Amino acid sequence: MSEAPRLSLIRWLLFALGLALLPHFAHLVSWVPLLALGLGLWRYRLAATRRPLPGTWLLLPLTLAVAAGILVSYGGLFGRDAGVALLVLMTALKTLEAKSRRDFTLTVYLGYFLCICAFLFSQSIPLAAYMPLPLLALTATLVGINHTDGALEGVLRFRLAGAMLLQAVPVMLALFVLFPRVPGPLWGIPQDTARGVTGLSDDMSPGSISALSRSDAVAFRAIFRGAPPPSATLYWRGPVLWNFDGRTWRAGERPIPLPGPAYQAEGPPVEYTVTLEPHHKPWLFLLDLPAKVPGIGVLTTDYQALARQPVRQRLRYEAASHLEYREASRLDAHTRARALQLPPYGNPRARQLAERWRAENGDPLAIIRQALALYNAEFTYTLTPPPLGASPVDGFLFDTRKGFCEHFAGSFVFLMRAAGIPARVVTGYQGGQANPLGDYLIVRQSDAHAWAEVWLEERGWMRIDPTAAVAPQRVELGVAAALPAGEPLPALARMEMTWLKRLELGWDAVNNGWNQWVLGYNQQRQMEFLARLSGSRPEWGDMALWLTGLLTLVVGASAALLLRPGWPAQDPAQRAWRRFQNRLARAGMPPRPAEGPRDFTERAARQLPRSQQQIRQIGTLYLQLRYGGLPDHDGIARLQRLVRQFHPR
Amino acid sequence: MHPQLNDILAAVGRVILGKEPQIRMALACLLARGHLLIEDLPGMGKTTLAHTLAQVLGLEFRRVQFTSDLLPADILGVSVYDRNEARFKFHPGPVFTHVLLADEINRATPKTQSALLEVMEERQVTLEGETRALPQPFFVIATQNPATHIGTFPLPESQLDRFLMRIALGYPDARSERSLLAAGSPRGRVEHIPPCADAAGLIRLQQAVLAVRVSDALLDYLQALLDYSRRAPQFETGLSPRAGLALKQCAQAWALMEGRDYVIPEDVQAVLPGVAGHRLRSAQGGAVDVAALRDAVPIP
Repeated sequence: MSEAPRLSLIRWLLFALGLALLPHFAHLVSWVPLLALGLGLWRYRLAATRRPLPGTWLLLPLTLAVAAGILVSYGGLFGRDAGVALLVLMTALKTLEAKSRRDFTLTVYLGYFLCICAFLFSQSIPLAAYMPLPLLALTATLVGINHTDGALEGVLRFRLAGAMLLQAVPVMLALFVLFPRVPGPLWGIPQDTARGVTGLSDDMSPGSISALSRSDAVAFRAIFRGAPPPSATLYWRGPVLWNFDGRTWRAGERPIPLPGPAYQAEGPPVEYTVTLEPHHKPWLFLLDLPAKVPGIGVLTTDYQALARQPVRQRLRYEAASHLEYREASRLDAHTRARALQLPPYGNPRARQLAERWRAENGDPLAIIRQALALYNAEFTYTLTPPPLGASPVDGFLFDTRKGFCEHFAGSFVFLMRAAGIPARVVTGYQGGQANPLGDYLIVRQSDAHAWAEVWLEERGWMRIDPTAAVAPQRVELGVAAALPAGEPLPALARMEMTWLKRLELGWDAVNNGWNQWVLGYNQQRQMEFLARLSGSRPEWGDMALWLTGLLTLVVGASAALLLRPGWPAQDPAQRAWRRFQNRLARAGMPPRPAEGPRDFTERAARQLPRSQQQIRQIGTLYLQLRYGGLPDHDGIARLQRLVRQFHPR
Repeated sequence: MHPQLNDILAAVGRVILGKEPQIRMALACLLARGHLLIEDLPGMGKTTLAHTLAQVLGLEFRRVQFTSDLLPADILGVSVYDRNEARFKFHPGPVFTHVLLADEINRATPKTQSALLEVMEERQVTLEGETRALPQPFFVIATQNPATHIGTFPLPESQLDRFLMRIALGYPDARSERSLLAAGSPRGRVEHIPPCADAAGLIRLQQAVLAVRVSDALLDYLQALLDYSRRAPQFETGLSPRAGLALKQCAQAWALMEGRDYVIPEDVQAVLPGVAGHRLRSAQGGAVDVAALRDAVPIP
């Protein structure tokens, strides 16, 4: 085999490598995998036509050209993308000089690396589900390479490879659970750039949230301890916006950490766990008003929970909030000025209206009531509001009167400030969709919302949701219920429980589990899990001890299994025979320890006369296979079939 | 069943009634080119069995009654000076035959016993510097009264090992005894049985035994048996490597008799009592329980 590798081996190798290459098509610059494929086909052609492999004079320039190509396409040879591209092409080139068993083995190992590298780009369930396939093919190829007489059938190679991979599973699980994690994402590789992630930002202009509502991307998932509160009370607080320039609301000044508790809770806190998708902004979305903020973040004076670092990876945190509260903060002069800030000019009609209300009745509550009554009487809630001109507040309040939550919240705060009532815009998410299959809440980008807060003497900051005045269903049932049919809402945010949606919810539940327990199994999760397992917080040393102990146990158990008398039953005929004996044992005919196969067969045939023909057939075949002759694959297959079909009667 | 061997067994069975298992063992021993020790009380048909076997197989048969004054020369032969030809002339002893019945071997002195046992092993006689080969096949059936009898020289352990098998005949069952009593001693009739084979045919059969396949799986079983006999506390000494070889040969012969060209564990189990019985010694004294050995070792 060293001089002329058999064609079938080349075929196996290239097939397995092709399977490992397939996921890389998704992210590599297209010429890279195509060239790799071409090189593989070239290798196959050479083997099929029994022509010699290209010499160094060809391979060396080719290698240099490939490296140059990657340099041009990726702007370098290092880093994740360029590195993987290089690995793909070098593996393909390696096949062109592989002729000895050692070369083939090496190429298979490169194939394993290709498998791992695919996970650097995606850790999704479909990819993880696909990966056993190339792994199996590569391992089967390795079996074929090491099977010196090369006569092992394909099915047997696959079976052997599968058995080997299955045997590795306990070790893999032990390592996964116990190997000490370093803080950081599973692969320790930061995303190359924050690629256009959808999510709330620290500004809001008309149309920004309605654009978000078209996305069914998951913002976060939440699990409540105890029964989830009603949907209408779920205001997930995000950016608080203070400054208005006539069109856009902005956060303005840097938020200041809250020195101590500033509101009185009414009722017990709601406790929950949030798994936040990365959104590359610092907000941790908590329910209004946060009582306990996770350790990775701080609470600001306007009750935003901010992480110290932008959320660049999936984050899981526990929090508690009081849905019923009495905010009683005092307003210092600076904050009051911020809360009353308005651009010096623009939107005159709205200012006029606010002045009139203030003149009619100075009571802030009366003004609020009047504003809400205005919305309630004449406004329409829609995702597709008509465009607004240079004075968006005036245009919305007096001309179009059609808008989404940002129109209502923005214009409401404008009116309040114009009427001399301190107010601010709060954005975040409202409600969420309960997944009955996973017992958790999915909050999507389409649940993004904006509402207002006004500051009243005695009452402090108070939430006013003007959208609720127009479309109360929005807060009670969600966006889909509040919008008229025909609005361009993503299919998954719609109300109807179609089979498709059911399927999607099921898939989301699976994904959530995957995120929580596989990808999200970070240091924190590991510590929690081990603490729950052992009852105390594990130390590094303990973990190393556990790992060693568990691996010793696994290896020891395998060794005991392999070394026990009557094992290994490597002979497939013997395995089939044991299965046959087990079937008969269940039928009340256990084998005696020192009973020979012929005696056992005769006894069984006598005891079960109705099956005696089958029993004799199996017994005779087994004796022939085990004691009578050379290995006989057909005979073994026949024996296995007979045993499979055998049901003692 | 092997057709020719079946005929032989049937022919012997017509004379020795109700003793089929012992006849099979004796034949297996012969096919495996070993020698047979029959240990039993007098009058159980030992001589008849030996004689019948020789007759049916078409072999030459000689019988030597061992006594305490029997000398090696009485078995092997002696050179006598021939005055006419003025040289010593060798008169071959009874050992120059195909089937030798050494009756009551334990009555002879150890010197005579060992002379026979040497010949059994070497299948040739060396006297006065001259080596004479014995005829082929050569098969010794020795009989021995149980050692409790007075005036005997029991065979030492090492000599017992020279016999491939040891069997006991035992009393006949009622039906066989009845026909025996009715028809009279079969001894006179033995001479008239037509032979089913000849020496050349037997040698071919013996070679066929060597060709019977012994698989790795079966060797595993043999080794498990040997290993157990050496480790088990109930045996004072375990089975020797030579015993292992004997077991294999006998199992091969047994498989051939069954008409198979490969050995199965049942063949080993069938010959185990004959092969292991006289090679094992019980740690407690008394009879060795070979069945316990068989039942204690699972078949791998």
